[in-house]
Amino acid sequence: MEITLNGKSVPVQGEATVLEVARREGIWIPTLCHHPGLPPYGACRLCIVEVKAGGRQGLTASCTLPPAEGLVVETDSPRVRERRKVLVQLLLAVVRDAPEIRELARRLGVEKAPFKPPEEKRECILCGLCVRVCETAGNSAIGFAFRGSQRRVSPPFGKAAADCIGCRACAKVCPTGAVRFEQAGDRLTGEPWQADLQVARCTSCGRPLAARLLLDFARKKVVCSDFEGLCPACRRRKVARSVKRRG
Amino acid sequence: MEGGRRPVRNAVDLEQLKQQGLSTLYPRRTKIAVGMATCGRAAGAGQVFACLREEIFKRGLDVGLSATGCLGFCQQEPLVSVQCPGRPRYIYSRVGPELALQILDGIAGECLPERGLFARVYEDQILLTGERVKLAEQPREGDAGLEQVPFFAPQVKVATRNCGFVDPGSIAEYTARGGYLALRKALLMKPEEIIEEITRSGLRGRGGGGFPTGRKWLLTREASGEEKYVICNADEGDPGAYMDRSILEGDPHAVLEGMAIGGYAIGAKKGIIYVRAEYPLAVAAIQEAIRQAEEYGLLGDDIFGSGFSFRIAVVKGQGAFVCGEETALIAAIEGKMGEPRPRPPYPARQGLWGSPTCINNVETWANISPIVVLGSEWFAGMGTETSKGTKVFSLVGNIRNNGLIEVPMGTTLRRIVYEIGGGTGHFELKALQTGGPSGGCIPADLIDLPVDYEALTGAGSIMGSGGMVVMDERSCMVDVARFFLGFTAAESCGKCLPCREGTGQMLEILDRICAGRAEMSDLELLEELARTVQDTSLCGLGQTAPSPVLSTLRYFRSEYEAHIRDRFCPAGVCTDLFRFVIDEEKCQGCGRCARVCPQEAITGEKGDKYHMDSGRCVKCRACLDACRYRAIKAVPREV
Amino acid sequence: MNTAEVREIIARHPEPEGRVAAILEEIQKKYRHLPEEALRIVSGELGVSLTRLYGVATFYAAFSLEPKGEHLISICHGTACHVKGAKNLAERWEREVGIKEGQTTADGMFTLEAVRCLGCCSLAPVFSIDGKTYGGVKPDQVPEVLGEWKGGGGR
Ligand SMILES: Cc1cc2nc3c(=O)[nH]c(=O)nc-3n(C[C@H](O)[C@H](O)[C@H](O)COP(=O)(O)O)c2cc1C
Ligand code: SF4
Ligand code: FES
Ligand code: FES
Repeated sequence: MEITLNGKSVPVQGEATVLEVARREGIWIPTLCHHPGLPPYGACRLCIVEVKAGGRQGLTASCTLPPAEGLVVETDSPRVRERRKVLVQLLLAVVRDAPEIRELARRLGVEKAPFKPPEEKRECILCGLCVRVCETAGNSAIGFAFRGSQRRVSPPFGKAAADCIGCRACAKVCPTGAVRFEQAGDRLTGEPWQADLQVARCTSCGRPLAARLLLDFARKKVVCSDFEGLCPACRRRKVARSVKRRG
Repeated sequence: MEGGRRPVRNAVDLEQLKQQGLSTLYPRRTKIAVGMATCGRAAGAGQVFACLREEIFKRGLDVGLSATGCLGFCQQEPLVSVQCPGRPRYIYSRVGPELALQILDGIAGECLPERGLFARVYEDQILLTGERVKLAEQPREGDAGLEQVPFFAPQVKVATRNCGFVDPGSIAEYTARGGYLALRKALLMKPEEIIEEITRSGLRGRGGGGFPTGRKWLLTREASGEEKYVICNADEGDPGAYMDRSILEGDPHAVLEGMAIGGYAIGAKKGIIYVRAEYPLAVAAIQEAIRQAEEYGLLGDDIFGSGFSFRIAVVKGQGAFVCGEETALIAAIEGKMGEPRPRPPYPARQGLWGSPTCINNVETWANISPIVVLGSEWFAGMGTETSKGTKVFSLVGNIRNNGLIEVPMGTTLRRIVYEIGGGTGHFELKALQTGGPSGGCIPADLIDLPVDYEALTGAGSIMGSGGMVVMDERSCMVDVARFFLGFTAAESCGKCLPCREGTGQMLEILDRICAGRAEMSDLELLEELARTVQDTSLCGLGQTAPSPVLSTLRYFRSEYEAHIRDRFCPAGVCTDLFRFVIDEEKCQGCGRCARVCPQEAITGEKGDKYHMDSGRCVKCRACLDACRYRAIKAVPREV
Repeated sequence: MNTAEVREIIARHPEPEGRVAAILEEIQKKYRHLPEEALRIVSGELGVSLTRLYGVATFYAAFSLEPKGEHLISICHGTACHVKGAKNLAERWEREVGIKEGQTTADGMFTLEAVRCLGCCSLAPVFSIDGKTYGGVKPDQVPEVLGEWKGGGGR
C-alpha cells in the first residue's frame, strides 16, 4: 500500500496510523497524547493533518488515522499550521509555564497567548497518557473523572490513590511534569495522587529498591522469580555469578 | 386490557389481533380518549383523566375511557376526544375538569358541548392498510375535520401515524392500524431485498447526520462478526426538541417493529433502546410494549414461525448530551464514561462489545414499517431530490401554535411558520433555530427555504433531529449564541482539547460581548477559535458546537457590533446593555404593561400615554411580552 | 446504607448492556446519592475498577456523590424555555427556596437543579418536581406550587 505524504508517495510498511508512517519518513508532527506503547487516544488534536483525497476530506488527527490506498495527506498545510497555533494558544492559557508546551509554541511560531487562563492554576493538560499507562501497565489507580471543563485525572473519590503500586509509569509519560514521585527513606510519595508507599529494600545489599506493592504486583505478573527482591546492581551481580558458574 | 395470549404466528392470528384492536378503537359504546403524553400531563391531563374516571363510575355511565399519546397540538393540551357510535369524533382542546364534566353531561343528554370544541372527525384513514373507517355520515356545512384545521392541513403523518390515535399500551390497537404487517412481510423477504427497498426509498437518518439508512444497514450486514446489534438512539439531546419522546410515548410498537425488521435485515438478534432517563413515561411505554410484543410472540424466538429470533432491551441514559453521539452511546451502554472515540472504525464494523452495530434514531426506525408495507416508491414520492419522505419537527418558541408536526420534505419554512404555526402574533419573526446546539439560526428573510438536508446546510444550519425554535424580535442573537455555547461547554465530555478548552474560551468571549466588555478584535478571535474548534474536534459535538456562533455572525453581525461598539443590546436581552422606554408613538394607552409590572415602574392613565421609570425597572420583560403594540422599546443606556 | 440492599440491587440487573448505569441509578434513587461504600460493593461484585466507577459516577448528571434533597426541582434551561423566560423562572425559584441552582436546602427537603430539555417544549417555560412536569408556569405561580409540595400534597 502507498499513500501520499506532502506530495511524496511513500509505502506503508504495516504501520497502523498515518502518524507512524510520517515518523518513519522523518516528518515532524507534533503530538502530546501519543505514545507508541499505548492505545491511540486522539485527545490533544495537535497531530492534525489535512486529508486532500482518498478519504474524508478535511482535518483529522493522524494518530488515529489508518492509512488507506490512495490517501493524500498534507502534514503542514497553511490550514493545519493555523489550527495548530490556536490549539497551542489554548494550551498556553492552561499551562503557561510547562517547558514542553513553551517549546512547542516556539517551534510553531506562536507569539501571543490571547486566551484567559483558568481561575485555578493547572499543570495537567488532560492528555490521558498517565491514565492509559496506569490501565495498561499499572493498576488502574487513577482515571478520568467529571466532564467538560471540570474534567480531571484523579484517584477514586479524589482521595489518596489506594490502588497505586508506585510503578511511576505515569510520571515518566507526563509531558508537563505534573506528576511527581519522591523517595525519602522508606517512603515513596506520588503527587498529585497523594500516593504514599512503603519502599522495599534489596534483599542482598539493603539499598532501597522499589515500592513493596510494585514488587508484589510484578511477582504476580512475572513468571521468573529468580531476581525477586534484588536491586539492579545485585541482580547484575547474580547474573554474572551464574554465568561464571555455568562457564 | 388484552384478551387472548395466543402467540401471533400467521396472518390469521394477526387478523384476529387486529379485530380485537378495532373493537377497542371503535367500540360499540361511547369512548373518551385523553391525550396522556408528558405534554398532556403537564397541562393537567392526569387530573382530567382522574375526574372523568371517577364521574363515569359515579354516574354509572356506559362509557369507555382510554389514554392516548400526543396528537401533536401540544399547546392545546389537554386534548380529549369523544366518540359516540354513529357520530363524528369530537375533539376538545384545553379541557379542564369543568369542561370534562360538561362533556359527560353532554354524552348523557346526547348533545355534546360546543365550547372548547376544536374539530369533528368523520372518518379515519389508516395509512398502512389504506382502509377508511367511517365514523359518521356527510359533514354538515362548515364542519371541520382535522384536515381542515390549519395546524393539521399541510401535515402528512408517517412516523407519527398512530400518535394520538391509539392507546400506546395496547398492541391490539397498534395492530388494528396495520401494525406488524410489515414485520410479517419482511420475514418473508430476503434480508438483502429489505435493505434494497430501504435504500431505494431514499430514507436518511433522522437523528441529525442524514446518513442513508439503507447504506448503513448494508455495511452492518456485510461486516463480519458472530453477534450483531441494532440500537435505537433515543437520547434526544437537542434542548428544544421532543419528537422522539412523543413517538415512544404515543406509538412504541412502531419503533419495536422497525427495529425487528432492521435486526432481521442486518442479521442481529438483539436490539437496545437507549433512552434518556428524563423521559420516564417513554421508558414505561416501551417497557410495556416490549412485554406485550413478547407475550404475543412478536418479539422473542421464532417470530411468525420464520426461525428469526429477536429481543429488545432498554438502557436508560443518565444525563449526558454527548451520549447521543454513537460511539459515546456505545461506551455508555458498556458501562463507561460517555466518551466518544475516533471513527473509523465505524460502529457498523466495530460497535457494541466490538461487534457490528447499526444505530438509528427513533424516527428513522418509525419510518421502516411504512416503507416495507407501502414500498420505496411511495416513500420516495414525497420530498425533494435528495431528501425523501417526511420529517417531524417540534415547532416551539415564540410561535402561536406550538406543537409537534410532520411535514413532507420540501415544505417551506414559511408554510411551517405561518400556516401550521399560525405566525408569531404581533411580534416580528426574527429567526428559526434548527438543529439545536449543532445547528444554526436561519434568518427571517430565508423563510422560503424548503425543508431539505442540503438546503438547510447551505444556509449555515442543519436539518438536525427536528428541533425548530422560533424566535421573534424579542430574542437577542448574541444571547442565543451564548446560550448554546454555554450548553455545549457544559456538555462537552472534555476528552479533546479544542472542544473542552475552546468552547469555554468562546463562551468567555461571548460573555464579554453580552456584558459590553468586548473589543472589535474579539470578533476575529471568536471566529478564528470557532473555525479551530470546528476543524479539529474529535467528535460531532465539538465539530458543530461553533455553528450557532458562526451562523449568527453570518446573518446578525450588526447585532454583535452593536453590543461591542455601542454597548447596546437592541433586543433588550443583555441586561447591562439597554434600558426600556415606552415608545409614545406606538403606545395606545391600554395599560396592560402597568398591570403586569412587578415594580410599579410604569405609570399613566388608561387612554393616555404611559411612562416608564427606567430607574425602577428590573428588566423582567413582563411589559414587553404583554404589550400588543410593540411599544416597549430597548434604547441604549444613558452614560 | 445497607450492604444486603446493594447486593440485591446488583442481582436485579444481570443483563450486561447498561448494567452499571442501571445499578447506579437504583442506588442513587434509594439513597439519593451514590455512597462510597456502595460503589465499593459494586466494584467488587462486577469486577469493575473503582476508578472507572468513580468516573462514571461523576460524568453523568443523574448521579451525585453528595446527597440530594427529598424533592428534586428541575428547571428546564432548554432552548424553548430559554427563549420563553426560563431565567426569570429560575431566579424566582432560587428566591423562594433560598438556594441557588445546583444546591440543596439545609433541611434536605429540596434540591434545585438546572436541566436541559424536559421534552415539553411546547409548554415552555417548564420545570418538574420529582418527575411531575409543570408547563406554562409564570414566576408568580411558583410560591403556590412550592406550598403544595411543602404541604406534602404535590404528588
Ligand atoms: C453530540 C451529538 C449528539 C447526538 N445526539 C443524538 C440524539 O440525541 N439522537 C439521535 O438520534 N442522534 C444523535 N446524534 C447522531 C448520532 O451520532 C447518530 O448519527 C444517529 O443516532 C444515527 O441515526 P440515524 O442515522 O437514524 O440518524 C448525535 C450526534 C452527536 C455528535
Ligand atoms: S469534541 Fe467534545 S465531546 Fe467530542 S470528544 Fe472532543 S471533548 Fe468530547
Ligand atoms: S497525538 Fe493525535 S490527538 Fe494527540
Ligand atoms: S426546552 Fe424546556 S422542555 Fe424543551
